[in-house]
Amino acid sequence: MNPDTLPHHMIIAPILIPLVAGAIMLFYNDRNRQTKLLMGLVAVGLMFLSSTELMNDAKALTGEGKTIVQLYRLGDWPVPVGIVLVLDRLAAMMVMLTSLLAIPSLIYAAAGWHGKGQHYHSMFQFLLAGVNGAFLTGDLFNLFVFFEVMLAASYGLMLHGSGPDRIKAGLQYIAVNLAASLFFLIGVALVYGTTGSLNMADIAREVATLQGPQRLLFHAAAGFLGVAFLVKAAAWPLCFWLPSTYASASPPAAAIMAIMTKVGVYVIMRLSLLILGPEAGASAGFGAPVLMIGGVMTMAFGTVGVLGSPELARKGGYLAIVSSGTVLAAIGFAQAGGGPEILGGALYYLIGSTAAISAFFLMAEPVSRDDRGEVEPTEEAAREHLAERWDWTPMGLDSVEDTPGPSGMRTVSWLTMGICFSLIAAMLAGLPPMPGFIGKFAILSGAIRNNVGLNGQLPVMLWIFATMLILSGLGALIGLVRVGIRRFWADDNPPPRIFALEVIPVVMLLGMILMMTVRADAVLNYTRQTAHVLIDPSIYRDAVLRDAERLDATPPQSFEPVATEDSKKQEDAE
Amino acid sequence: MELIFALAIGVLTGSGVWLLLRPRSYQVIIGLCLLAYGVNLFIFSMGRLYVGAAPIMPKGGFVDPTAYADPLPQALVLTAIVISFATTALFLVVMIASRGISGTDHVDGKERDQ
Repeated sequence: MNPDTLPHHMIIAPILIPLVAGAIMLFYNDRNRQTKLLMGLVAVGLMFLSSTELMNDAKALTGEGKTIVQLYRLGDWPVPVGIVLVLDRLAAMMVMLTSLLAIPSLIYAAAGWHGKGQHYHSMFQFLLAGVNGAFLTGDLFNLFVFFEVMLAASYGLMLHGSGPDRIKAGLQYIAVNLAASLFFLIGVALVYGTTGSLNMADIAREVATLQGPQRLLFHAAAGFLGVAFLVKAAAWPLCFWLPSTYASASPPAAAIMAIMTKVGVYVIMRLSLLILGPEAGASAGFGAPVLMIGGVMTMAFGTVGVLGSPELARKGGYLAIVSSGTVLAAIGFAQAGGGPEILGGALYYLIGSTAAISAFFLMAEPVSRDDRGEVEPTEEAAREHLAERWDWTPMGLDSVEDTPGPSGMRTVSWLTMGICFSLIAAMLAGLPPMPGFIGKFAILSGAIRNNVGLNGQLPVMLWIFATMLILSGLGALIGLVRVGIRRFWADDNPPPRIFALEVIPVVMLLGMILMMTVRADAVLNYTRQTAHVLIDPSIYRDAVLRDAERLDATPPQSFEPVATEDSKKQEDAE
Repeated sequence: MELIFALAIGVLTGSGVWLLLRPRSYQVIIGLCLLAYGVNLFIFSMGRLYVGAAPIMPKGGFVDPTAYADPLPQALVLTAIVISFATTALFLVVMIASRGISGTDHVDGKERDQ
């Protein structure tokens, strides 16, 4: 094979590998779970290798100062007409994150969960294919298709293991997502109706030239799309479905579904910065206030939820909401011209918090399992338990002194779980030296350094955001420390049986999080440069449309030779 | 034609939204179906409405695009129909499972006064 064409074909690998692996698995009887597990691990391993390669590409290209964006034209159709996959630093980063989360989740499933229903491994691979596709596509309608692939697989994974709770939560989850998908379609149709294109870069070019009613319709389209993605990103007030869904999904499914809220966040980041960014003419900054205020409200809602919910898995859902809200608010500030630093910090925070939430979901089930090896039965029972224990002693400290469990009853896996729990809690609360702290610090320092006004004052909204950022960490700390003390110190029951296969994935994710602290400079540099590229939408747009210009020189089969000339002239005039 | 088309979309979407907000899962699924029909018609109309124009251009040479209907929304609608049909079928299965397990067709899995 020609070495020059190889990297280009590599772009489609993260979509093809899981898709093919998932399809091949369907040919095997579902009882061959070990075979399927092996195939799944191989597929995820290959995906990891290809995402490493893609990330190297994305990094190397910047170094040379050439294009930062790579294109893959499916079927080799010319650009604004055909379907393209686009690789830039952000997409490479998200694909890498997906494959890093997939490995622990798959190993965890091997501890028994993959046997509690049918076709776990196929659905898992299809989910990965959908997620990677959504990250890599450069086309709005394909984004819809990949979203649906991802969602269809997630419906299956969410219902995996069955049971009344799961089916009830699944019913609501599917209904909410079907309605959100219809919003998505209305938005896509309106975008096509007003700009005449579905290619994201092409839309970004057209937006600046829209006139009067067309622009209003385009804003309506942006609103529809925004609602659809904010439902998926779990922004307040559209996040009501998330805690019950994630709490009732099986732990490995919830762990990989932690990346799904980030798909919504990713799309909002991509579209609002690319299409409604500074070069969008009268549409510049459209939606930024919604993201800022909505993001801060989401953080507040999530914090209250973390403090108020007794169940550990439900706390995980609210932590995911806090994480989404933080990044969404940061996107809003970046879109409103808050500078790239704040966005770079938010991206770093996104990587770390997604991994931590994934690990949290993996831990939630074994930790809240009681000594008979069963999960704590119902919410009501947990609440009574809580009321009894918290009746008059704050933090349950005297029960720690009164009833110290004999050290012989502490198993290695339980101790490891306890250490992991405390470190993950520190990460989610944003305590040093975990990446949660570094990420939040980077966000705050960016917010303060770039946004002090002429009178030496910070805008009020940034004050509120900074306060909320710290309060949400405090809330997570209080909520998790209470659970930790009650479960790991004050519990005199013998610890539950925990399999090594359930501890290893958590340790892997924790290792990844600690690596982010050790190599914080490298990761933060990467995310900061990513933010610089995102803030300047012309880099992405010009790279994607470079071939489109060439196409205009050959009119016969060209799609829109006249319109393009006009719009270019208008752009020049402006 | 525009008026009838707009009314059709409006009626479908309006009844769809109303049904979607009802407490019975059967009403919800019918609401989702109607909503999907309304949205599909809407996508179709975004390619502008044509009468008697083919969406396929003849091969070779420059043709006048105004004499042809826009093929793209038709392709989009086809994809959207398939996807919404498949996901609605899946929803139906989950709905039946929920009915079987909880013994009620309320979306919360229990009647309000229970």
